[in-house]
Amino acid sequence: MKVTAFHLMPHRELPDDFEKRYPSVWVDPPFHELGTAERTGQYYNWTLDELTFAAEQGFDAVGVNEHHQNAYGYMPSPNLMASALARATNHLDTAILVLGATLPNVNPPLRVAEEYAMLDCISGGRLVAGLPLGTSMDNNQCAGVPPIEQRPRYWEAHDLILKAWKEREPFAWNGRFYQYPKVNLWPRPIQEPHPPVFIPGVGSYSTWEFAARHDHSYSFLSFFGPQLAKAIMDGFWEFSEKAGHPANPFRAGFAQIVAVADTDAEAERLYKRHIEYFYNKCLHVPAQYWNLPGHQDYVSLANGVRSGRSLKMLDALNNYKTYTYKDFLDKRFAICGSPATVRDQLKDLALDLNIGNLMLLVHTGSMEHELCLHNIEMLAKEVLPELQPIFEDEWGQENRWWPQRLLRRPATAGV
Amino acid sequence: MPATAERSLTIWADRVHPRVLSAGEGPPVVFLHGAAGLLWDPFLDAVAQQFTVHAPEFPGTSPGDHTGIESVDDWHDLVVYYGELLDELGLERATLIGHSFGGMLACELAAARPDCVGALVLLAPAGLWRDEDPIPAFLTLAPEDLAAVLYHSPEVAAAYMTPPEDPELAGEAMIAFAWALGCTGKFLWPIPDRGLHKRLHRVSAPTLVVWGAEDQLIVPAYAEEFRSRISGAQVETIADAGHMLQQEQPEATASVVAEFLAG
Repeated sequence: MKVTAFHLMPHRELPDDFEKRYPSVWVDPPFHELGTAERTGQYYNWTLDELTFAAEQGFDAVGVNEHHQNAYGYMPSPNLMASALARATNHLDTAILVLGATLPNVNPPLRVAEEYAMLDCISGGRLVAGLPLGTSMDNNQCAGVPPIEQRPRYWEAHDLILKAWKEREPFAWNGRFYQYPKVNLWPRPIQEPHPPVFIPGVGSYSTWEFAARHDHSYSFLSFFGPQLAKAIMDGFWEFSEKAGHPANPFRAGFAQIVAVADTDAEAERLYKRHIEYFYNKCLHVPAQYWNLPGHQDYVSLANGVRSGRSLKMLDALNNYKTYTYKDFLDKRFAICGSPATVRDQLKDLALDLNIGNLMLLVHTGSMEHELCLHNIEMLAKEVLPELQPIFEDEWGQENRWWPQRLLRRPATAGV
Repeated sequence: MPATAERSLTIWADRVHPRVLSAGEGPPVVFLHGAAGLLWDPFLDAVAQQFTVHAPEFPGTSPGDHTGIESVDDWHDLVVYYGELLDELGLERATLIGHSFGGMLACELAAARPDCVGALVLLAPAGLWRDEDPIPAFLTLAPEDLAAVLYHSPEVAAAYMTPPEDPELAGEAMIAFAWALGCTGKFLWPIPDRGLHKRLHRVSAPTLVVWGAEDQLIVPAYAEEFRSRISGAQVETIADAGHMLQQEQPEATASVVAEFLAG
């Protein structure tokens, strides 16, 4: 299994009454009331130090992503962070996972193709290229993309980027949203024909279909634990089987909040307030923001409402606001505890969901720098050794979704 | 109350099949609905007392035709599309009544094809922008906040915005509402200003601008922006009405419209 140390780069010091004082953590919170640029610089540097430390400790990858105008995670350019990480880890076999630069809000989207190619060059071919659709907040509000155009723009940008990486000769692009007389990408990625592509999603059928059609790896991203994920991932594997794909776990990924201490009791003492901070403050988003009208295509909208799934999702978005630390653990929204507790629960999760790519949120909410380093070290020493071998013997040779130079080959390979 | 007839057109090279509701007797008028879709309300009944009202639905918002939105991509498409629709309805020098987004659409048509529009009635139209009076990003509002900016009267807001009790009907209403906003949002979002101010001088039809005195979405200061750019335009203000003026004061609104069209 490939285990990524993932970081959202949140605001770590929001006021206690944040969620009462402000309507949303996304789009609306006033920067100058809540922080300073100097302190933000400290957060960025802590984040880079934490992820570099995770790479040194033996994680398979370090991961960053893109969001805008928020205190939940403010790396508006994940590639700037990834660039620093690529440089800092050049002596290591750590993949750089950008999950990712969101396509519909970048114009021209060729900028993403160029920057990912740069990252692949700087890192010596260690990039995993996430190509996300992006949230409604980031695209429709922060970037002003009409909601109904977000998906068509995404599909076109995706096709353009893939073609720009693969075509050896310059070509003209006459799209609905993007037109270029001559696409001739400089530089090109080291990985041929292009870096492995991860498509993050929240369980919609159209995204499974899209990922399968292009043979990309699919990552289910939610913070609502493996219990909700089970229903989604069962659907994904059922779909995959119908599409004729073997159930290779590396075709799928999952993100999980995780925190380790010497004992379960010590974990509660150390991490309780950070977990609660994350759900109460970092996920303080008005329900309607997740889906501005038009953000869902008609079929998904109609199916979601008629099947009752939309209502359930709305309930899920409202319910966690009353949860306590114990609820978050019982429902495994967060996996926290002793090394044995965390190991067992993560192994269960990986086997149950059949996911070969595990993105561990090694930093959560208000976690201090030193505590984050402690968490990373505990994970690396006590948990990773038991997770990393999972699926490798059976499927590792068929993992097309990882930088090939980083794959662990059997000792006899090449002999 | 006049009976409403319903038909579906096949236009735009068979790619859009808009439903058109029609009622009344007398000279024809075309009603262009706002961003949330067409609702035949008492205002249209009142207008239909003296006129034949034709109310076409926006591409993509007619039942069974959600893909219609895929074949109109920008305002140029839309203006040419509505020109075809007016031709199809067989109306020469049509009278256009447009509310909100529909008012913006009516202005664009009247500016692009001044020869085709006989008279123009704009009910709280969108399409212009004042930095000192920014229009709220209405797609981002929770239902209760949306009701508060659309309506002056909480009772009228509740009457029009409370979902049906039957869960199935409520679900269908939710789908229709969200999809209509998605379709019109293609031409409104993120800022409902697509340069109409450069084109309004082309409007030559007699024009009436009607505004709800308590409009919180597009505040009444916008009335003067339209009046000053359209030659000979006159403004009427409706008391005790917000942005949905024709639902809050159907009789008063229909009365100023009828008086203008009679004159």
